[in-house]
Parts: sequence; C-alpha cells; structure tokens
Amino acid sequence: MLTLEHVAQSYGAKPVLKDVSFQLKAGQIGCLLGPSGCGKTTALRLIAGFERLAGGAIYLGGQVIARPGHCMPAEQRRVGLVFQDYALFPHLSVAANVSFGLSHLPTADRNNRIHEMLDLVGLAREAESYPHQLSGGQQQRVALARALAPRPRLLLLDEPFSNLDVELREKLSLEVRDILKHEAITALLVTHDQNEAFAMADVVGVMNEGAIQQWAAPYTLYHEPANRFVADFIGQGVFLPGTVLNDKQVEIELGVLDGHIPSDCADSGGCGACAKSCKVDVLVRPDDIIHDDDSAMQAEVERKAFRGAEFLYTLRLPSGNRLLTLVPSHHNHAIGEKIGIRLDIDHVVAFRQ
Amino acid sequence: MPEHDVTPSAIPTRAPSSGARVFSLPASAWPAALPIALITAVPIMVLLAHLLHPDQEIWQHLWQYVLPELLINTLWLVLGVGVGVTLLGVSLAWLTAACDYPGRRFFAWALLLPLALPAYVTAFVWLGLLDFTGPVAGWLRETWGMTWLPPIRSRGGVILVMVLALYPYVYLTARAAFQGMGPRLTEAAQSLGLPRWRAFFRVALPMARPGIMAGLMLALMESLADFGTVSVFNYNTFTTAIYKSWFSLFSLPAAAQLASILIFFVFVFAVLESVARSRRSYAASTRSAQTPRRIALKGASAWLALLWSAVVFILAFAIPIGQIGHWALNVYGQDLDSRYLEFAWHSLLLSGLGALLVVGLALILGYAQRLQPTPTMRLTARLATLGYALPGTVLAVGIFIPIAWLDNRLIELFGLDGQILGGTLIVMLLAYCARFLAVGFGSIEAGLGRITRSVDEAAQSLGVIGGRRLTRIHLPMLRVSLLTALAMSFVDIMKELPITLMTRPFGWDTLAVRVFEMTSEGEWERAALPASVIVIVGLLPTYWLIKHTEHAHT
Repeated sequence: MLTLEHVAQSYGAKPVLKDVSFQLKAGQIGCLLGPSGCGKTTALRLIAGFERLAGGAIYLGGQVIARPGHCMPAEQRRVGLVFQDYALFPHLSVAANVSFGLSHLPTADRNNRIHEMLDLVGLAREAESYPHQLSGGQQQRVALARALAPRPRLLLLDEPFSNLDVELREKLSLEVRDILKHEAITALLVTHDQNEAFAMADVVGVMNEGAIQQWAAPYTLYHEPANRFVADFIGQGVFLPGTVLNDKQVEIELGVLDGHIPSDCADSGGCGACAKSCKVDVLVRPDDIIHDDDSAMQAEVERKAFRGAEFLYTLRLPSGNRLLTLVPSHHNHAIGEKIGIRLDIDHVVAFRQ
Repeated sequence: MPEHDVTPSAIPTRAPSSGARVFSLPASAWPAALPIALITAVPIMVLLAHLLHPDQEIWQHLWQYVLPELLINTLWLVLGVGVGVTLLGVSLAWLTAACDYPGRRFFAWALLLPLALPAYVTAFVWLGLLDFTGPVAGWLRETWGMTWLPPIRSRGGVILVMVLALYPYVYLTARAAFQGMGPRLTEAAQSLGLPRWRAFFRVALPMARPGIMAGLMLALMESLADFGTVSVFNYNTFTTAIYKSWFSLFSLPAAAQLASILIFFVFVFAVLESVARSRRSYAASTRSAQTPRRIALKGASAWLALLWSAVVFILAFAIPIGQIGHWALNVYGQDLDSRYLEFAWHSLLLSGLGALLVVGLALILGYAQRLQPTPTMRLTARLATLGYALPGTVLAVGIFIPIAWLDNRLIELFGLDGQILGGTLIVMLLAYCARFLAVGFGSIEAGLGRITRSVDEAAQSLGVIGGRRLTRIHLPMLRVSLLTALAMSFVDIMKELPITLMTRPFGWDTLAVRVFEMTSEGEWERAALPASVIVIVGLLPTYWLIKHTEHAHT
C-alpha cells in the first residue's frame, strides 16, 4: 500500500533522512520509532505531502505520490492525519470538525458518516460539544474520527498519545488499534515511546540519524536486534564481553552460548574459522537471567527496584561486570546478598567490539 | 499557485525554527511589509536627522532659554511619576494578588478602571475641584475659614494626577507577575526560615521585578508622551514646548529639534521596557497551575489594606467619574447642540477609519511575518510597531515634515496652490497608524499564533486549501482578535489628543479637541460633556481587559 524507496531529505546542508526504504501492506499498522531528531517526523511529513523530498520516491497504492520534481499536493493524496496537538478547529463543534473533510458529500450521506464516525470512537453524545469542553483523550478521538471520516487511503499518526496521561495512553492505544483493525485502515504511526509502538504496531522501524536501523515486528526487534543501536534503544539489557569460539559459539563469563556470530567477525579473516577469538559484546536482557537459588553461579545484589510483581535487580558479577535481572517479587533479597543465577538465552545477540 | 500548495513554514510550530527549511513561497512578503514599516520609520529618521545635525542658531536659543526648564520639569515628572506609580501599583498588586482582606475581589478588578480615563480628563477634574475658585476650596473657606490649600497647579499636582492616571500599568503587570509565580516560592523561602514579609522582599519582589519594570517603563513613556495633562496644568514639558514652537512661534524646525531630543529619552525607556519584557518570559516560566493560598490579613492590617485600596480607587476613578457626570448633567441642557453632533461625528469617523486602517495594516504585517518568518521580517515588524513609544506630538512633527516636503515638490511639479496632503485627514490617519499599529498588531499576532501549523495542515489534509482555508479556518479563528484590535485602536484614537490637535484640518474639531479647548479656558463643566462620551466609550475595552485578566486567574 505504502512504499518508500531510498527516500532522502535535507534541510540546507544538514541531511535529515538518508536512504529510507520500507513497505507497508494494506491493513497493516506500521510505526517509526526513534529518539527525537532521528528524522521520523520528517518522514511522516514527506508522506503527508507537507514537504518535498530531495531523493527517492514514495508510492501510495501503486501510484507515485512524491519523487524529486514531482509532489502530489497534500490535499489530493487522501492521507489522513492525527496530529500530536490534535489540531482540532477550536471554532467548530465536534460534529463540524468531523464533517470538515466531507464537504463533497450530499447532506444525508455526510450526516450518516459523521454519526458512524462518532459512534466508532464512542463520542456520539459529544457531537455538539466544542473541543475545549472535551478531555484530552476525547479530543484525541475526535482527531481520529475527523481523519478517518473522508476514508483516507492511509492514516498517519504523529506522536498521537504523547499529550496524554500514562494510563490513558495505554488504554487508548489499544482502543485505537482496535478501531483501525476494525476498519481495516492502513496506518503509520510515529513515536519515541516503544510501549506505544509495541501496543499499536504490527511492524516497527527503528530510526536513528535519518536512517532506518531495522524494520521488523516488535518481537524480532527485541530478541534479534540488527545492530547495537537497536539493541540499546529497545528494552533493557547490558553488554557482556565475550570471545568467539567458532562459527556457532561464543563464550562469556557465564558460560558458552550457541548462536549466530556477528558477520563482521566472520568476515575479518575471509573465512568462518578465522572468527575464532574475535572479541564481541553479547547482549544480555533481564529476562535472559533466571534467579535460581540452586545455581552455583553467584552474583551480588548491588541495587534493586521494586516493581510490584517483580524486582529489577542490578547484579554484580565477580569480574565487576553488571547484569540486570527480573525476579518475582517474593524473592526479596537484601543489597549485598549473593544470589544464584543461571542463563536462559534464546537468541544470542553479539556485536564485534 | 504552483501545482503544490505549500503550507507556509512560518506558522508557529513546536519544532524549532522551521524557517528556511520548507520551500520558499513564490511571492515575497516584502512589498507588503516594507511600506507599513516606512510609516513609522520615516518620521523617526527625519527626527534623528535633526538630532544628529542640529541647526546651530535654533539649538543655541533652545539651550539658553528653553531646555533648562524643560529638562528639570521632565526629570521631576519622570522621577515623581516613577516613584508614585511603583508604590501604588506594586502595593495594590501584592494586596490583591497574594493577600485576602474585605473587598479584595472588588478592588482586584476595580483598580483597573482608571485605565478608561484619559489622563487629561482626570487632570481637569482635579484641577476644577481643587482650584482656588473650585468647590472644595470654597467649601473649606466658608465652613472652616481656611484660606490656604496646597496649590494644585504645581509640580506636585501634576505628578499626583499623573500617578493616579498611570498606576494601573504597573498594577496590571505586577499583579500578573505575583499571580504567575504562585505561593510555592514564598513558601519555600518561609520553610528556609524567612519571615513572610522578608520572603516578600527577598523572593516575590525580585521575581516580579521584570513585570514591574515593564509596567513602569510603559507608565514613564506615557508620562513623557503626555500632552493633555501637562497643558491643563500649564506645566512645561517637551510635548507642550513642541506644540508651542509650532503653533505659537510657528517654528517647525524648533519643534522638530525638541521632538528629536524627546525621542531620544523615550527610546531609552522603550529599550528598557523591551529588555524587561524579554526577562519576564523567563520569570513566568516557573508558574505553577495551583490556586494561590492567600495571606489572610486580620484586624488592623485588613482595615489598612481596605482603606488604601479604597482611597486609591476613589481618587483615581470614583471622584473623577462622578464629577464628570455631575458637570455634564449640569451643562448638557444649554451646551448640547448641533455642534456636538459634528464633534461626535468627527471623532467617530476618525476613530472608525483609523481603527480599520490600523487593523488592515496589522493584518497584512501579521501575515507577512507568518509567511516569511525571517529575522529581518521580524525586525521590520518590530520597527513598524515602534510608534507606540513615540509621543503624539513627536509623531505629528515627524509626519508633517516629510508631507510638507512632498507638498512642495508636488506644487513645484504641477504648479499647484496651497497644501495638497498637509491639513488633510490623510496626515492624521498616517500618524494614527504609526502610533497605534502596535495595539492592533499585538492582538492579531497573538490570534495568528493560535492557528498553529498543524491546524493549517489538518485543513489541507482534509482537502481545504487557499481561499477556502482562509474563510473556513483563519477568519473564524481570528474573529475575536480582529474585534479586539478594532475596539482597542478605536478607543485609543478617540482618546488621542496631540496628533488630532496638531494635524487636523483647520477647524476640524473632535470630542478630544473640544475637551482640550474647554479646559484651556478653564471651562471645566463644559469640558465634562465631551469627556463623558470619551470615558463611556473607553470603558468598553477596559471592561474587556478586566474580563480577560480576571478570567485568566479565577
């Protein structure tokens, strides 16, 4: 449905997007996730048609909507937008906001569509209210209804939940996902909050410094990060130094792990075997470490953070390296205490040092 | 229009200056913005040329006979008014913003009411009341046999009246500052062991200083610009000297020379004001949204607070307004005739045309800045709105000189007779635009600021662009700002005295001019009739201001 091919953009001499490519299938919800200044909002504005790109091409429904020298005007793209600040028209009622993009419809159809939309977002009773009379979450849903009303081919959401309370954010992101899935809307969301991305999106592109670092499902991003940035940015974890034994095994101080070896290690000598003794950093997530009182492997509790159902312990290994582990909260250990741990790593993720 | 409708990047956005980044618009906004800035820039440049190239002969004369008195009078005026408005403004602001005492709710807004009274109206009321032949002196003589009263026609009298008329500027800004900071910081100071009154001096007052300074500078600029009050009192300052040089001594060069000196003083205050204003935004950024916990005054201190608020309110507003009403009712039977229809019509016409022009130009300037938000454009807008700092007398001279020059060129070129532009409404309207553009622009700029970039883009993504976006989004969203700008500039022009007096076509009287003429003859009762109309009209924007400031804080 939506395809970006080698899209590039720069402001003056400063490149903000370099060679961004990805594809979104019809009905899929995608997400661009990254720290502020990574270029994700620029990508969104290019797709919306508010900026012209410097290189590459954007296709929507098989049609080129943007390439250098050609830019289909935003108002002709049939791309709906939900803005971070909602951008509701303050002088118009909720119903008038929703009907704003429907002026081409006959009155009866328009009214039907307004009601349909307001029912969908659960605001049928607020039709005659004005934006300032609504709560943040309600305004957000009006913005969604307004964007969906003209049946856009694609819906773009710019940090749609960042102005809401944390609890509301989670509830609403699931609600919005249900609505989008119910209507089979193709949507692209931009956010810096990975919980939001994971709750909403089928597929997530992690961005940094103007480039997509990895385009994958949330599960893959977490367990098989393509590079150090993604490994760092997504989830928690630490890197432990390790040494490659052969093309399948890495040794760290907690034992020998089976898994993939970084390709740049394998390439260093031109053959797989030469990767031997290549120094790597191995990603260890908190859920890779299991607390086991019977284990011979011991680590000292250095810090602990109570999280209700579990503790997040920071452990100190005899070598001085630190580990994070999540432990059910009935295992309440004192700081300084030594506890037994064992490794339970499913996917070995290692990067050359 | 090119094939793509570009959303102007100028539109306020949360992203840092997106100025040059989106493609530039096909047309530049300069042809629209530059002429507007010239309306203010030309008079300023004309007068600066006089300051830099003084005419030796005139300068010598002024230096010997005129300037010493003017400088001393002005210095005392600025000092006295400065101290007075600060005392009144800050004390009342603190009482109504941070304390609680009987009547506080009423005084919080009522103390703004004197803004509706032009200083020259307050001036002639007090002069009429306290003069030798006035009712107060007469009553004292008859009842108590007192023959001596502190002379109101004195330096102290001018200062007192001007303080009563101008303290609301400081009151307004200081109060906003006190309210903005909330009780947190004084509470923090108390928790660190400072008694409450010292917490006020060590924390609240320093934090409110930028706000107080901004209000104080505005009040001082007004006192320098004032023409009506000082002429009622026969107190010679630069403004009256400019007027006399031009209209009694018929020396426009001398008037220009004096104006150029005055402009210099005014700009010092204007710069201080804008510095204070820019600091104020930092101070305000620490505001907390909670409702202030007021200091409840008890016993004697509560009564003192009530007394102080009441005295100021009565002297600055209740007595003047009551007296004007009383006098106006006394004379309207014999005085209200067809001439008044003419005065009122002239006032209405001028204020209406002027306000429309001001708002039109402010709108153009606002859009120019929105479409092209470059630093030079912002500077241009700043220059165009600098006129609020220029005293009316100065502007009148500064505009008249180039117009007279233009007239002479036209006369030479086409062999015409007499004045062509000089002495027409055009000169007055140009001067009003220069003086009051800031009033309209401030309101419109704020209105345009509320139409964020995302609002524009939302409309565009829903297929609404160009003229339809203007009528469906911009105009409805700007409506309140436009009406505000219209009302404010209408009233300001109606109250305006020196520009009207000095640049009107011959014999073309307005209500304000009528007030001036009656007061210069000491006909207080007859001056009250036109003054009452001005005051009633002036109450409208004051009401609006009160509604807004009170709304923001309750």
